[in-house]
Amino acid sequence: MTMYLTLAVILLVFVVIFQIAKASEYVAVLKGEEQNRKQTNKINGFLMVAFLVLGLIGVWYCNKLYFSKTLLSIDAASIQGEKVDLMIWWTLGVTGVTFIATQIMLFVLAFKYQEKENRKVYFFAHSTFLEVLWTSVPAIVLTGLIVFGLKNWAFFTSEAPKDAIQIEVTGKQFGWIFRYPGKDATFGKKYFKVIDPASNSLGLIWKDSADLNLKDDPFSHDDIVTEGTMYVVKGKPCKLIIGSRDVIHDVGLSQFRLKMDAVPGIPTTMWFTPKYTTEEMKTITGNPNFQYEISCDQMCGNGHYSMKGVIVVVSQEEYNAWLAKQKPYYFSAFPEKAPAEKAADATITATATTAVIADSAAKK
Amino acid sequence: MSHEATLHTSHDAHGHHDHHEHHQSFISKYIFSMDHKMIAKQFLITGMIWAVLGGLMSVFFRLQLGYPDTSFPWLEDILGKWAKGGHITPEAYYALVTTHGTVLVFFVLTAGLSGTFANFLIPLQIGARDMASPFMNMLSYWFFFLAGVVMLSSMFVETGPFSGGWTAYPPLSALGSASPGSKTGMDLWIVAMALFVVSSLLGGLNYIATVLNMRTKGMSMTRLPLTVWALFFTAVLGVLSFPVLFSGFILLIFDRNFGTSFYLSDIFVNGVGALPNEGGSAILFQHLFWFLGHPEVYIILLPAMGMVSEILSTNSRKPIFGYMAMVGSMFAIAVLAFLVWAHHMFVTGLNPFLGSIFVLLTLLIAVPSAIKVFNWLTTLWKGNIRFTPAMLFAIGFVSLFISGGLTGIWLGNSSIDIHLHDTYFVIAHFHIVMGVASMFGMFAGIYHWFPKMYGRQMNNTLGYIHFWVTMAGAYLIFWPMHYEGLAGMPRRYYDYSIWESFKQFEGLNRFISIVVIIVFMVQLLFLLNFFYSIIKGRKLTKQNPWESNTLEWTAPIHPGHGNWPGEIPEVYRWAYDYGKDGKEFIPQNVPIGDDESHH
Ligand code: HEM
Ligand SMILES: [Cu+2]
Ligand SMILES: [Cu+2]
Repeated sequence: MTMYLTLAVILLVFVVIFQIAKASEYVAVLKGEEQNRKQTNKINGFLMVAFLVLGLIGVWYCNKLYFSKTLLSIDAASIQGEKVDLMIWWTLGVTGVTFIATQIMLFVLAFKYQEKENRKVYFFAHSTFLEVLWTSVPAIVLTGLIVFGLKNWAFFTSEAPKDAIQIEVTGKQFGWIFRYPGKDATFGKKYFKVIDPASNSLGLIWKDSADLNLKDDPFSHDDIVTEGTMYVVKGKPCKLIIGSRDVIHDVGLSQFRLKMDAVPGIPTTMWFTPKYTTEEMKTITGNPNFQYEISCDQMCGNGHYSMKGVIVVVSQEEYNAWLAKQKPYYFSAFPEKAPAEKAADATITATATTAVIADSAAKK
Repeated sequence: MSHEATLHTSHDAHGHHDHHEHHQSFISKYIFSMDHKMIAKQFLITGMIWAVLGGLMSVFFRLQLGYPDTSFPWLEDILGKWAKGGHITPEAYYALVTTHGTVLVFFVLTAGLSGTFANFLIPLQIGARDMASPFMNMLSYWFFFLAGVVMLSSMFVETGPFSGGWTAYPPLSALGSASPGSKTGMDLWIVAMALFVVSSLLGGLNYIATVLNMRTKGMSMTRLPLTVWALFFTAVLGVLSFPVLFSGFILLIFDRNFGTSFYLSDIFVNGVGALPNEGGSAILFQHLFWFLGHPEVYIILLPAMGMVSEILSTNSRKPIFGYMAMVGSMFAIAVLAFLVWAHHMFVTGLNPFLGSIFVLLTLLIAVPSAIKVFNWLTTLWKGNIRFTPAMLFAIGFVSLFISGGLTGIWLGNSSIDIHLHDTYFVIAHFHIVMGVASMFGMFAGIYHWFPKMYGRQMNNTLGYIHFWVTMAGAYLIFWPMHYEGLAGMPRRYYDYSIWESFKQFEGLNRFISIVVIIVFMVQLLFLLNFFYSIIKGRKLTKQNPWESNTLEWTAPIHPGHGNWPGEIPEVYRWAYDYGKDGKEFIPQNVPIGDDESHH
């Protein structure tokens, strides 16, 4: 019912506007074309300046409302992010000045040179000086931005420092799987044909297979696999080795100002150094629910919008404690191989850890 | 040339040209027409239908973004299972977004824009009786029409239309098991796009041949109106880049249907298991796609730039400033357009060094863009401006091109793009610089050449309302999206409520959606004006209503097939002698006077 009412009202408005427009056309014909053009020119000339003024106020107002919601209003959470922000500020400076200057010129010129009876137009078809001027000035300014940008780009894409924590990130429809290399600091081999979503979500090679010509890789036995949440250490570089199990995804880390695609079959990498723990960010942003979210930034199917991961940034001690609690993924597939455990406390963790150490020592 | 001659003789044989028209049946005049003017109108009206459909789709998906928690029962009445319980489903949302993008980029702003104005203006402005090959021209339209039919039919298949985004990246687009939209819907999508490519190529070759071979006496290349230059470069871009897209699609068809692994490797699909494919590269498709994709954005923009140059100069009553620089910058843009495609791929794992080269070449494009802007501004300076609706849209175009071009400088720098890629910042950038700006170029063209097309005038008052609401609306919709993008808000999300970082924009999203609906309504007002004026608009009384220099206005108010009843006019000067020696305007077919000054 309300739908029909709305439609009727809209239709009515249409008819009214249309009738007014038709009437004004008759008036225009009666008044004569010249006369009418003068009048509409005045109105539109005025609207040009009005649009400019209201537009600039609007820009200011929009900024007032939303600047605090952009990330620029808070410190970037990684050392890479600081550089991105600085680049943005410089670029904003250059483009902002150009934007305001050219928009003002456009609308003011349009207003100022609206048709007037005795105005003689200036037959001005060409000026080498002016054209060279506005070829070279943008070229020089852009060169500055390019140099600045490429220096940062080289840094962002450089090799991660040796002491970086290594984490493998794998996208799948629609979630994230993380793998830590375990005590041996080496990722075991994997092969997509032995993936089993229930027990071997990444396809770690921990069984011989004659069919597929695979050999059990002992490095995989202590790898730690988690889903949804990933832990990293404040102040310590963290290197992500990114891949995908099915279609292309993208590891989007807006607070760290970075992102990198997850492409099936072609591993990519990205590294960053977090500056603040999650707890610290809660105070900085004033949001008690703050999380470092991993947003999937590449269309990956109908659940794309829900493909969320969380990064928890903690201190080194907290990280060690968390890591110590993780059991190698291998043991969840082969519980019989897990060292015997009874109660849940620190001694267990210690046993598990020694087991892992013993395990990796045995391999060498 | 021989074609021109035959048309000549046939005209002579018939004596009076109008007489010739009478013999045409309805079908050969309005449906399988080979008259470039009729084909232009076919492209225009088909494009408009697609624009309404594509626009309506955006209204639907904006409803979801603006009102994620509200149920609209009437939506279910219209969309059926796509809006179960009055909520657009994620499947439908993605199908709508994908089809909206495909339709607006290709069907409206490529075929609708180039198809209309290249067809209509090239022969009339260069002084030719028709296209080099009228038959190919007709085929071009009918391939476009078929592409549309196939695309439309994909909306009705059981598994839904393609829903992986207009860029159609595999593996998502290659695997029916990964998304229902990638099943039959995608087959139809590819077929539609392949037909579309054929249409573009037939059209493009024709435009190039016509511009190169069929100019009237005296119409040297350096006397061409900028519209024709722009349409010429557009056609060259299309002819060189669409085949690459086509080959990309062929490989995709092979991967989808014949078990090859061009784009596929190491894939395990939930519920299906590991696929046999190994050794392919998903990134290869992106290279092929963007090798067209980037030139494509200029295919969309250049015709608008050309028409805007023409309209700004005519209505400022002043020559376009720096004609050669305008041609030169279009040439530079056309060349560079082929060398920047990987700026869409900075974060795909592209070799960082290669990325650096693409940063350099990408930001280089800003230079010719800047030249154009300053030349347009100088054209207005000390002019005597008539604010026709076309002129308003041309000025609006310049404003939007500035706004959207400047954010290109942000995104072109990979070390900023690494943060902003695939966020609403990109949505804002390309809608302003391409979507809306080019649409403004199209509106400007329609308002300006409507009298030539139909021999009648559109209603000015409606034109003014249309312009001011659309102009304000465009900024209200897209300007705030920059802020969302700077907060990292990803594009192509159906719902943001689970995201701590993005749900804060719910209010803004609602505001944007409301403006979208208003702006959409005003476009309907434009259509009303357009169709009403075709039938009942004021009859044109002057042959040259805008007092313009270009040749189309020397043709009769209702030009027949062949355009000029007598001889084709000869050209003696460029198209921009406005305000020269105190004269209001001097059309191109007026010989140079003895006492005329040089410029
Ligand atoms: C100053 C010149 C320009 C530069 C430097 C530039 C740069 C860029 C860059 C780097 C991107 C990729 C952003 C990303 O996905 O992360 C982009 C996207 C885009 N640009 Fe531009 N651009 C410029 C002008 C234009 C123009 C004139 C048009 C159209 C007429 C245009 C249309 C587009 C489109 C359609 C996309 C997005 C496609 C998509 O991902 O769906 N750009 N631009
Ligand atoms: Cu995704
Ligand atoms: Cu591009």
